[in-house]
Amino acid sequence: MTDNYQVRDVIDKETLSTVRSVGGKYKYGFSTDIETEYAPLGLNEDIVKLISKKNDEPEWMLDWRLKAYNRWKKLKQPDWALLKIPEIDFQDQYYYARPANMKEKPKSLDEVDPKLLETYSKLGIPLTEQKKLAGVIEENPEEMSENRKVAVDAVFDSVSVGTTFKEELKSAGVIFCSISEAIKEYPDLVKKYLGSVVPISDNFFACLNAAVFSDGSFVYIPEGVRCPMELSTYFRINAENTGQFERTLIIADNSSYVSYLEGCTAPQRDESQLHAAVVELVILDDAEIKYSTVQNWFPGDENGVGGIYNFVTKRADCRGRNSKVMWTQVETGSAITWKYPSCILKGDNSSGEFYSIAITNNMQQADTGTKMIHLGKNTNSRIVSKGISAGKAQNTYRGLVQIGGKSQYSRNFTQCDSLLIGNKCGAHTVPYIDINNSSARAEHEATTSKVDEDQLFYCMQRGIGEEDAVALIVNGFCKEVLQALPMEFAMEAQKLVAISLEGSVG
Amino acid sequence: MLKIDNLKVSLEEEDKQIIKGLSLSINPGEVHAIMGPNGSGKSTLSSVLAGKDGYVVNNGTVKFDGSDLLDAEVEERAALGIFLAFQYPIEIPGVGNMNFLRTALNSQRKTRGQEELNAADFLKLVRSIAKDLEISDEMMKRPVNVGASGGEKKRNEILQMCLLEPRFVILDETDSGLDVDAMKLVSRGVNNFLSSSRSFLVITHYQRLLNYIVPDFVHIMVDGRIVKTGDKKLALHVEETGYKDFLQLGKEKH
Repeated sequence: MTDNYQVRDVIDKETLSTVRSVGGKYKYGFSTDIETEYAPLGLNEDIVKLISKKNDEPEWMLDWRLKAYNRWKKLKQPDWALLKIPEIDFQDQYYYARPANMKEKPKSLDEVDPKLLETYSKLGIPLTEQKKLAGVIEENPEEMSENRKVAVDAVFDSVSVGTTFKEELKSAGVIFCSISEAIKEYPDLVKKYLGSVVPISDNFFACLNAAVFSDGSFVYIPEGVRCPMELSTYFRINAENTGQFERTLIIADNSSYVSYLEGCTAPQRDESQLHAAVVELVILDDAEIKYSTVQNWFPGDENGVGGIYNFVTKRADCRGRNSKVMWTQVETGSAITWKYPSCILKGDNSSGEFYSIAITNNMQQADTGTKMIHLGKNTNSRIVSKGISAGKAQNTYRGLVQIGGKSQYSRNFTQCDSLLIGNKCGAHTVPYIDINNSSARAEHEATTSKVDEDQLFYCMQRGIGEEDAVALIVNGFCKEVLQALPMEFAMEAQKLVAISLEGSVG
Repeated sequence: MLKIDNLKVSLEEEDKQIIKGLSLSINPGEVHAIMGPNGSGKSTLSSVLAGKDGYVVNNGTVKFDGSDLLDAEVEERAALGIFLAFQYPIEIPGVGNMNFLRTALNSQRKTRGQEELNAADFLKLVRSIAKDLEISDEMMKRPVNVGASGGEKKRNEILQMCLLEPRFVILDETDSGLDVDAMKLVSRGVNNFLSSSRSFLVITHYQRLLNYIVPDFVHIMVDGRIVKTGDKKLALHVEETGYKDFLQLGKEKH
């Protein structure tokens, strides 16, 4: 008996007690009462210029934005996903909102408005350098060693309010800061890599993001450096009627390694809000990035009122030989999720992995999956997707595996499992497989099942209540993906799995 | 302890009566065996006692310690001390045995208003039971019943029983799919667990199991009723002559 599952025991106990205490309510639905400065309503060239000016950007950045804006005007919103998207009025949104007192960016965390610090602390994200992410401290004190430190960049509406452990990281050569800061401080790196993975005109939402993104995180890991701690960005939407458009750029230079976590929440409101992010990862020779997301935007209420519309473009470019990327995502929030974290396997022997749990309950809709584009020789990809639908939700896995003509001896393995709870929800699997040479190998396995009555009865006969039994079975169903997450996120994710499915049985 | 009075049960899906007026009284410390041919309603009886969905009780009562059992939820019955060892134990992929056992035990304790068992005490307890039943550490690490042989699954049921310490145990064809060695192990587990405050209802086709778990009473069930009750000699009689004498009895009662 290893320690491994003693840890798991603790996690599940936590899951179950959370289910009991939370009672199905969205835990992060509070809003912060803080004076907010908005750009004028709607989108035009002046707004783009204003955002650029607010960030005090150089000319080249503004030109880049304007180019994107002019392309965006000609693009149409995509309609190929299996989603019913209410018409979005892009002129009836605010594209920039920041706490009024963030006008002068605080020089250190001590100068950050206590109200903002309190918001993050309520979310379980203490913006201090002594503590770590939610839950870890109380649950597993033995895990509190130096190497479990997590540096946080906190993005509140349109701006980054602070980044922890910056100095310590700097001494290791790692750059971790907000992207607005990087544009000013590290223009050469930003110019070289921004838009090199997701070009400005890549798709409608990415193009919109390129025009109006206000902040986000920037990471550069120099050659040969193993990042001494996990890095994370925590995105919080607070302002009403405001879209959040953040941009993340991570570069792992030759033989470097970084694990990066991303979390998101928003207040409970009746109006839907737009979130269109772009994440670009560049991975050079022998380097590796692990990117994990726990997405818990407000999902709307049980009648489908409110919630975040989440249109995200995430892509990793494995440029170098033997480069490696691993995407892990737990998608529990948002009214609509449109998201396909992808891997371009350009370098020979490069590999991409995608582990996903997508949970939809009530009226939520998700169309999510990945793209594995094999270009280099002997490249490897692995996809493990677990979709769970409850209530009247619709959940679609959409994935492309493409192996190019010169991508000799490349392999893909795809496993795609769907679980249905109740009989009013739907699960859909849409795999696209495009193989262009005979030495390639692709395997695809897919299953669809219902939460089994016999399994429930078995658990309940042993004394476990129905909702706890569902949480137990669903967490078991997701186990392969949960295990791919860093520990603090795994705990958070297990709780979320249970909470997201509250009220889905009986 | 358990008192079943003129119980009639039909299937929810179709209007078909399976149990057609069954009465049975079990006192603390007693071991009762129910034998009968396929389709006589033995497994339905165990399902109804445990509270499985899909059945309609048309008539009769079931009292457990004097209160109405049929009103209680499945997990409440478990916490009251009713345990069903499944004929076909269920697999739960991804859920580790230890996690499952601890969740079950602590859920029951919580329902009963007892304090939860801490991880160290729990591990100690499970390890000692597993050792008695010759269940390996490796198996304890696996997901519940996944990849286990028939014999391993049945031993796992007995392990759960020993851990949860129920007062009333239903063994539903626990002997099916067991070789002699596994049957001896399982029986030893059950016999060690017997006490003056615990009762057993052993459901089986064959007399074989009753050589190891010796019943105080043997009931022959045919067509939804108990048609004959005796002691362990009755089981030996069935072994020799089969159920044909009793099938007639079932018909006469119509």
